Amino acid sequence: MASGERVAGGGPKQVQILGHYNYWVFILLMMCGFYVVISSGNLVKKLVGLNIFQTSVFILYISMGKIIGGTAPIVIHQPVVYSNPLPHVLILTAIVVGIATTSLGLALVVRIHEAYGTIEESEIHAQNEEEAL
Amino acid sequence: MIAHLPALQVVIPLISAPLCALLPAGRAVWLAAMTASWLAFLMAALLLNQVLAHGPISYLMGSWPVPWGIEYRVDALNAYMLLIVAGIGAIVMTFGRVIVENRIRLPENKQPWFYTAYLLCLTGLLGITITGDAFNVFVFLEISSLSSYVLISIGRDRRALTAAYQYLIMGTIGATFILIGIGLLYVMTGTLNMGDLAARIPAVADTRTVRAAFAFLTIGVSLKLALFPLHLWLPNAYAYAPSVVTAFLAATATKVAVYVLLRFFFTIFGAKFSFEIMQLDKVLLPLALVGIFSASVVAIFQTNVKRMLAYSSVAQIGYMILGISLASVAGLTAGISHLFNHALMKGALFMALGCISFRVGAARLDRMAGVGRAMPWTMGAFVIGGLSLVGVPLTAGFVSKWYLIVGALEKGWWPVAVLVLVTSLLAVIYIWRVVEVAYFKPAPERGGVREAPLALLVPTWALALANLYFGLDTSLNAGVARLAAQGLLGVGP
Repeated sequence: MASGERVAGGGPKQVQILGHYNYWVFILLMMCGFYVVISSGNLVKKLVGLNIFQTSVFILYISMGKIIGGTAPIVIHQPVVYSNPLPHVLILTAIVVGIATTSLGLALVVRIHEAYGTIEESEIHAQNEEEAL
Repeated sequence: MIAHLPALQVVIPLISAPLCALLPAGRAVWLAAMTASWLAFLMAALLLNQVLAHGPISYLMGSWPVPWGIEYRVDALNAYMLLIVAGIGAIVMTFGRVIVENRIRLPENKQPWFYTAYLLCLTGLLGITITGDAFNVFVFLEISSLSSYVLISIGRDRRALTAAYQYLIMGTIGATFILIGIGLLYVMTGTLNMGDLAARIPAVADTRTVRAAFAFLTIGVSLKLALFPLHLWLPNAYAYAPSVVTAFLAATATKVAVYVLLRFFFTIFGAKFSFEIMQLDKVLLPLALVGIFSASVVAIFQTNVKRMLAYSSVAQIGYMILGISLASVAGLTAGISHLFNHALMKGALFMALGCISFRVGAARLDRMAGVGRAMPWTMGAFVIGGLSLVGVPLTAGFVSKWYLIVGALEKGWWPVAVLVLVTSLLAVIYIWRVVEVAYFKPAPERGGVREAPLALLVPTWALALANLYFGLDTSLNAGVARLAAQGLLGVGP
């Protein structure tokens, strides 16, 4: 990460690893979510995994704009240390996209359940195979 | 008015989409949607004209200066892509009414929503193409993706639902990867404007963060463009979507993803970083070749013709990526002109297939016996599209194959050139299977199969004739592609 490049060479390694706490959480959540998407055979659980996967990226964006001790970017008289609001605004857009994706996904699952009577991927696959024969 | 063309290009379909949702079902909503899409096409043509005459256009949204505001930047490549997307969008919309009224799983009072989703998808694709802001690409990508999931799910077969779901999962993973890549680039450079990014990346290029961003973007976009082996969502999505949706998506959506790839590799990261430092060609070239070969072979064994053409699309995307991985003017010209030519041929093929399934009731090969005599005009258009797909001289498909072989020979990679020729023969086989059944198998006794209505035939033939026209006059499809390739590689004309 960027802050990693900046502190490289200075400070003991432990501090670096702890200092990247948010980014470790990001990676961990991303991998968990991704794993659930791939491994789960239940269509709703897949969407849960997808949600965790997307949420992890929110943490990435929020972390990179945050400065410890920084305030809102309102300049009154003297210059202040502020957190960069742009990544936070960007991720608002991505949150909206995430909601839209989840709701559309769930709507599709409802329709799939109506059409197949199940939301297990293996059973749907079996029904499709039968139909093809 | 002319000065605001870049904004209107996106705004007109965007505003028309909710308007269509308010209109009652019937002709009026179709006319409104059609007016919007033909207007978009007109604007794209004007923009291309302007770019060719005066060079790139930079449009500042709300007059916010770069890099604070969002810039719409139109150069030869964008303008060319806009023309493809808007052109196909307009022709397929013209074709769409009869299909929407008869062959999708929507009650009549819900049909206006189809046009809303279609126009939103068009908006998203045009937006991705025109914007000069990296985050804006993600937003428009999601607009087009979300609406395309909806469009796919309204196919008559229930498998359309699972296909749409599968595409939703894969597409969202791809888009999230793109989002991570853009975020990492922002961390390193503090900017989202593409021109600004290109200027600032070289200073920080030798860091793990930028390399990770590059990897995330490559994988994310490759998922969207269905590069082998990330193509698994595509065959089902294309096979079970309504034919009007398949024709539109096959001709535009993956092309726009290829455009995004070009933009990131060449404009933002630069050819030197992408191909000399990251050695991307060593990954893309084998994947493209394996993709072309395996997808063509799989296409031969399909019994559903729509699915067959979907696999053929995966193979054709391989040709585009092959051209890009050559990273030379001839290679890029091949890749970019194939975007145009493939849109024409697959548009014509899927629309002809839409006509057939409209009359026959299915796109299965065994149902198509004798269709060649019952529907001579439709099959005529199919054959022209098929010839163009194979790359027969005097069709549009020949132009891009020609440049591809020239590009490969320029580099001395003659095995690649041979493979391009061999895989074209595979295309002959799968197109021939359809032609054989349609013309030489006796029609079953049921009868009643008539020529498709004119409302379907005219747009189909418009694209079929375009395949022939652009095979003869290559100033637009290859000429502008060459200009765009030179622009991407930064060499003068």
